[in-house]
Amino acid sequence: MNALNTFFFVAFPYVAVVTFVVGVLYRWRQKGFTVSSLSSQFLEGKYLFWGSVPFHVGILVVFFGHVTAFMFPRATLAWTSVPVRLVVLEVTAFVFGVTIFIGLTALMLRRFTNPRIRAVTSRADLVLELLLLAQVVLGLWIALGYRWGVSWFAAGLSPYLWSLLRLSPETGAIFALPWVIKLHVVGAFSILLIVPFTRLAHFMVSPLQYIIRPYQQVVWNWDRRTIRDPSSPWSTARPKPTDE
Amino acid sequence: MDVRSQISMVFHLDKCIGCHTCSIACKNIWTDRKGAEYMWWNNVETKPGTGYPGKWEDQDIYKGGWQKNGDGIELKGAGKPRSLTNIFHNPHMPVIDDYYEPFTYKYLDLIESPAGDDQPTARPISMITGEPMDIKMGPNWDDDLSGSPDYARNDPNLKNLSPAEQQAMFEMERLAFFYLPRICNHCLNPACIAACPSGAIYKRGEDGIVLINQDVCRGWRMCVTACPYKKTYYNWSTGKSEKCILCYPRIESGQAPACMHSCVGRIRYLGVMLYDADQIERVAAADEPDIVARQMDMILDPFDPDVIAAAKANGVADSTIDSAQKSPTYKFVKEWDLALPLHPEFRTLPMLFYVPPLLPVMASVTNVDNSEQAEKLNDISKYWPDNWLYDTSTRELFGTIDDARFPLEYMASLFSAGDTESVADRLKKLMAVRLHRRHVTVGDVDEDTVAAALSNTDLNGQLADDIYYLTSLAKFDDRFVIPPAHREQAIEMMEFTGDAKGSTGFGFKVGTAVRGA
Ligand code: SF4
Ligand code: SF4
Repeated sequence: MNALNTFFFVAFPYVAVVTFVVGVLYRWRQKGFTVSSLSSQFLEGKYLFWGSVPFHVGILVVFFGHVTAFMFPRATLAWTSVPVRLVVLEVTAFVFGVTIFIGLTALMLRRFTNPRIRAVTSRADLVLELLLLAQVVLGLWIALGYRWGVSWFAAGLSPYLWSLLRLSPETGAIFALPWVIKLHVVGAFSILLIVPFTRLAHFMVSPLQYIIRPYQQVVWNWDRRTIRDPSSPWSTARPKPTDE
Repeated sequence: MDVRSQISMVFHLDKCIGCHTCSIACKNIWTDRKGAEYMWWNNVETKPGTGYPGKWEDQDIYKGGWQKNGDGIELKGAGKPRSLTNIFHNPHMPVIDDYYEPFTYKYLDLIESPAGDDQPTARPISMITGEPMDIKMGPNWDDDLSGSPDYARNDPNLKNLSPAEQQAMFEMERLAFFYLPRICNHCLNPACIAACPSGAIYKRGEDGIVLINQDVCRGWRMCVTACPYKKTYYNWSTGKSEKCILCYPRIESGQAPACMHSCVGRIRYLGVMLYDADQIERVAAADEPDIVARQMDMILDPFDPDVIAAAKANGVADSTIDSAQKSPTYKFVKEWDLALPLHPEFRTLPMLFYVPPLLPVMASVTNVDNSEQAEKLNDISKYWPDNWLYDTSTRELFGTIDDARFPLEYMASLFSAGDTESVADRLKKLMAVRLHRRHVTVGDVDEDTVAAALSNTDLNGQLADDIYYLTSLAKFDDRFVIPPAHREQAIEMMEFTGDAKGSTGFGFKVGTAVRGA
C-alpha cells in the first residue's frame, strides 16, 4: 500500500511534470505544425456551441480556481474564514463544475453521433475526453461528498503540492485522504502527463499576445534599412543559429 | 513616403472562357490533399451567381472585411477583442456545407463487383466520412447559369437593382453572363492578418505576398471569417488554415504562378507595383465613393525620380524598380485606367485588379418586328416566336453602355463600390480601342467615329494600339514581369554564408581513413 502511495504521489507527479514541461516545450519549438486546437467547427458548427462554450468557460474558471488556492493557500484560507464567502465560493465552483460536465457530455455525444466528427476523431481524443470526464465526475463527487474543499484544499493539499515543488515531498496528509480525492489528484497529474501528446497542448498557446500586437504584420527577408546602405557591412550581424 | 513593392495581378475578364484550367492547375499542385479537397485557392465563378462559398459577397451573412468606425476602420466579424471572446465558438464561421462536401466515386466497384444481373455503378462517397452520399453541391455548381433560380437570382450584387431591372436581366432573350476567376488578392490591408490571434499570417515585405505560417497557426480560424473574399480556408484534417501562396516558390525562381502560366484565355497578367505604405490606413478608411480613386493614388509612378529615390532608400532592389517600370499591371491599372479591384468596399485594398468585361455589357437587345423573317421560315423550321434583336453593332457606342444587358449598377457593385461612373469610363475605353482596331483592320467604322471615341476617352491611336497589343498579342514575358527574388541577399539575414564556405560542391560519402589501406 505504501509503495503504491509513494508511486502515485511522489514518483508519478514528477514524471508527469517533467514530461509535461519537456514535451510541451519540444512540441512547441520543434513540432509547431502539430500544435493546433484542431477545431471541428468547420465540419459541424451549430451543436458545437452547446458543448464547446460551457466546457471551456467552466474549465477556465475551475482551473484558475484550483491554481489560486494552490498558489495562495494562506490568502484563500483567510478570505474564506467568513462562512458566507465559503458557501458562495463552493456553490460557484460547483455550478461551473456542472457546466463543464454538461459541455463535455455534449461534446462527446456530438463526437460519437456525427459521422463527420467521428472521421476526425483520434484515439488520443478519446483517451483525453474520457480522462477529463472522469476528472470532472470525481470533482463533482468530492464537492458534494467532502464539503468545504476550498479550505481543506488550501490547508491540506496545497502544502503537499508545494512540498513536491520544493523537492522534499511531505506525503503524510495526502496518504490519509479518502480514495476519491486521491483519484482526483492522480487524474490531475495524468492529464498533465498527456498534454504534450494530445490536442490539449493548444491551451499552452492561448493567443493573448494578440491584444497588444498591431493588426498588420510584415516580415522582411532582408533588413530594408541597411541592405542598400553603402556604409553598412554586407551582412550586419552574425545570425543566431536556428533551432531547426 | 514609405515605398514598397507589391506583386500585383490583372485579370482581363473579356478574355476568360470559363474553362477552369487555372483551378485545376492550382489544385494539382497545392490542394490535392486530405483536408484540402474542398479548397479552391483559385476558383472561377459565373456572374451573376452566388459563387463559392455560396453568397460569399454578402457580408451580412459572413461578416468579412472591414467596416468604417468613426474616422477609422474595424474588422466586421473578428478582431480584438471579438476574436478572443469568440474563440470557443465563432458565430461567423462558414461550415463545409457553405462550400460543398468533397466527394469521389467508388470506381473500383465497377471492376471488382461480383458478376450479377445488374450493371455495377460507381457510387459517390464523401471524402470526409467515406460514406455513400448524395451530392448536393460542387465548387462551381452555378456554372454557366445552371440552376439560375437558385444561384444567379440570389447574387448579392443584385441588391442595388430595381425589381424591374432584375427582371430584365433574367429574361431569356437578354440573359448574359461572364466569368469571374478569383484568387487571394494579396491585399495591402489584409483582414486575414489582422484577425489572426496567433500572428501566424504575415505579408512579405519584399513582394507583398500574404502567407500563413503553418507552424504558428493554431486553428483559431478567425481569418476564415475575416477574409471578405473567403480566400483563407480551414483544413479540417490538419487543423490549420491555408490560403493561396501565389506560387511563391515559382515566383522566387522567376516562373509565373501555375494558374497564370496555364491560363488558356491568357487573361492573366502579373507584375510589380510600387506603392506608398504610409497611406494604407487613410485609404482603407476613405469614404466609399472615393475608395477606388484613393487606392489608385497610392500606387506610385515607377519612373518618377523621387519615387525611385525613396524606393532605393527603403531597400527596394534596382531589379525590382526595373520590373515595376515594365510591369503590365501598372499599365492596365494606372497608366491606362482600365482595371478595377473586386469589391473595394471591403476595404482590404486588394491588389488583384479586373478589366471589366465589355462583351455582354455592350450587346443590347432591342424590340423589332420579326414577323417578316418568321414568314420566310419553312414549315419544318421552328417559328420564331418573339421580336427581339440581339444587337452587337458598335455604332451606338455611348448609347448602348447605358442600356446594356448588364446594368452598370451591377458592374459597379462588383468593381467600384457602386460608382457607375468609373465602370462606364473603363468600358468606354475598351470600346474605343475596339472601334479603333475595327477601323484599322476591317475599315467599316468611319474615321470620325473612331476619332471621337478615342478623344472622348483620352486615348490616341498609339495608346489604343498599345492596349490592343498587351490585351491580344502579348507574349509570355510581356504578361509576366517577375522581379528577381534576390535570395542570395535574403539568406545573409538568416545564415552566415561564410560558415558554408568550403562545404559545398563535390563531396565524399566515406572518409579517407576508412577508404585507404
Ligand atoms: S484576399 Fe483575403 S486572404 Fe487574401 S490577403 Fe486579402 S484578406 Fe487575406
Ligand atoms: S484558365 Fe484562364 S480562361 Fe480558363 S477559366 Fe481560368 S482564368 Fe478563365
